[in-house]
Amino acid sequence: MSGIRPAARPRFRPFVRLQWDPVRGKQVLLAPEGALVLNETGAAIAALCNGERSVADIAEELGRRYERPVDQDVATFLGRLAARRLLEFAEEQAGNA
Amino acid sequence: MLDPVGLLAELTHRCPLHCPYCSNPLALVDVGDELTRDEWVRVWSEARALGVLQLHLSGGEPLQRPDLTSLVGEARSLGFYTNLITSGIGLTPVLAERLRAAGLDHVQISLQAADRERSDRIAGTRSYDAKLAAARLVKALGFPLTLNVVLHRQNIDDIAALLAVAEELAADRLELANTQYYGWALRNRAALLPTRAQLERAEPLVQAARERLAERMEIIYVVPDYYEDYPKPCMGGWGRRQLTVTPNGDVLPCPAASQFGATFPIDNVRRRPLDSIWRESALFDAFRGAAWMREPCRSCPRREVDFGGCRCQALQVTGDAWATDPVCRLSPQRALIDAAVRTANAAPAADSAPALAYRWSAPRALD
Ligand code: SF4
Repeated sequence: MSGIRPAARPRFRPFVRLQWDPVRGKQVLLAPEGALVLNETGAAIAALCNGERSVADIAEELGRRYERPVDQDVATFLGRLAARRLLEFAEEQAGNA
Repeated sequence: MLDPVGLLAELTHRCPLHCPYCSNPLALVDVGDELTRDEWVRVWSEARALGVLQLHLSGGEPLQRPDLTSLVGEARSLGFYTNLITSGIGLTPVLAERLRAAGLDHVQISLQAADRERSDRIAGTRSYDAKLAAARLVKALGFPLTLNVVLHRQNIDDIAALLAVAEELAADRLELANTQYYGWALRNRAALLPTRAQLERAEPLVQAARERLAERMEIIYVVPDYYEDYPKPCMGGWGRRQLTVTPNGDVLPCPAASQFGATFPIDNVRRRPLDSIWRESALFDAFRGAAWMREPCRSCPRREVDFGGCRCQALQVTGDAWATDPVCRLSPQRALIDAAVRTANAAPAADSAPALAYRWSAPRALD
């Protein structure tokens, strides 16, 4: 997925839950037909998806935290979640209404 | 060995519907044998410790369990994503609100067809209006809703109307999955398998709806594997990610696997801890990974993609549980599937199909 625009503001769809799994010691994304176990970067990105921060904001914030450019990581990860329909984009929703 | 992710809890085999493609085994569990609330809670805490994240509360009709709300509450406090798989029959506003308060995450409601007459006929009981009311209730309470329609010869021509119903109900997901032909459905195969022409008409309608509703509704469309060249990776692989617990506590790699009872002992949560069943039971072990495979699967590059297909289908169609899934083009027994497809395409579609055998012992009228 290359279609993630920097201005888009991702949030999880209402049926998705982000949760700590003590068994695996990892953050997991739960949805009706699948669960996704997140690695540390994925968990950090997921935690910032609130429908207010843009993709660019998230990349900037994490870039600062990790002291390296993460734009590509963020776009790839969010693209994967969007392809699995776990994410929606506040901006596009408004455009559709 | 991987950790399991999903557990299908068949809370009861009791069900107000009589669908001719019912996936429950031919011999149903008696109410008196059902696991108690406390037994389920123990099984689920064992499942959580094994790594299970998703709990699918199913049946039969799970709403027939009077302790459902309390079960959902326990499941949520154990940390599961809880999914109620229901016909919708019995979902009163009070019960729905209690389930919401107990933390239920998601509701899946089945619909048998797009219009009342056909839906009630296929369900074998008057149920259509109650289903739509249940779906509206679910959405009004803010639950995410999946509508599930099992497709076959007698309803696939209504796909445009089915899409319209799902859109009108504002379903978040719509599953249009063709019947899987085992158990009860295999018995009714001639009446259920669609023609190629029916599938060719349905496909573009689904595609168009997918594009039009992209942001609002996820549409899952599954063609019958009889029309494919390779099998589906059934259950994501035997004993790999999923397990099923039947109403009396039998533990199975897939909901249709009770038929393996003739070949393997079936373990039960009343006699053995779940973790030991998952890791060591003969039934789970039998078809895990690739070691059990024969040719052509053994040396096939797709063996980690589809895991040799569905064991239940292999057993039921070829009589040999170790055989390559007969829908596979590489299976020496593909001719058995081709014959069924030829028969389906020789007869005219839809209403002139053979009569359906319903899930009850004596014929009865719609009440
Ligand atoms: S031969 Fe076996 S592994 Fe290969 S595609 Fe067919 S079923 Fe799958």
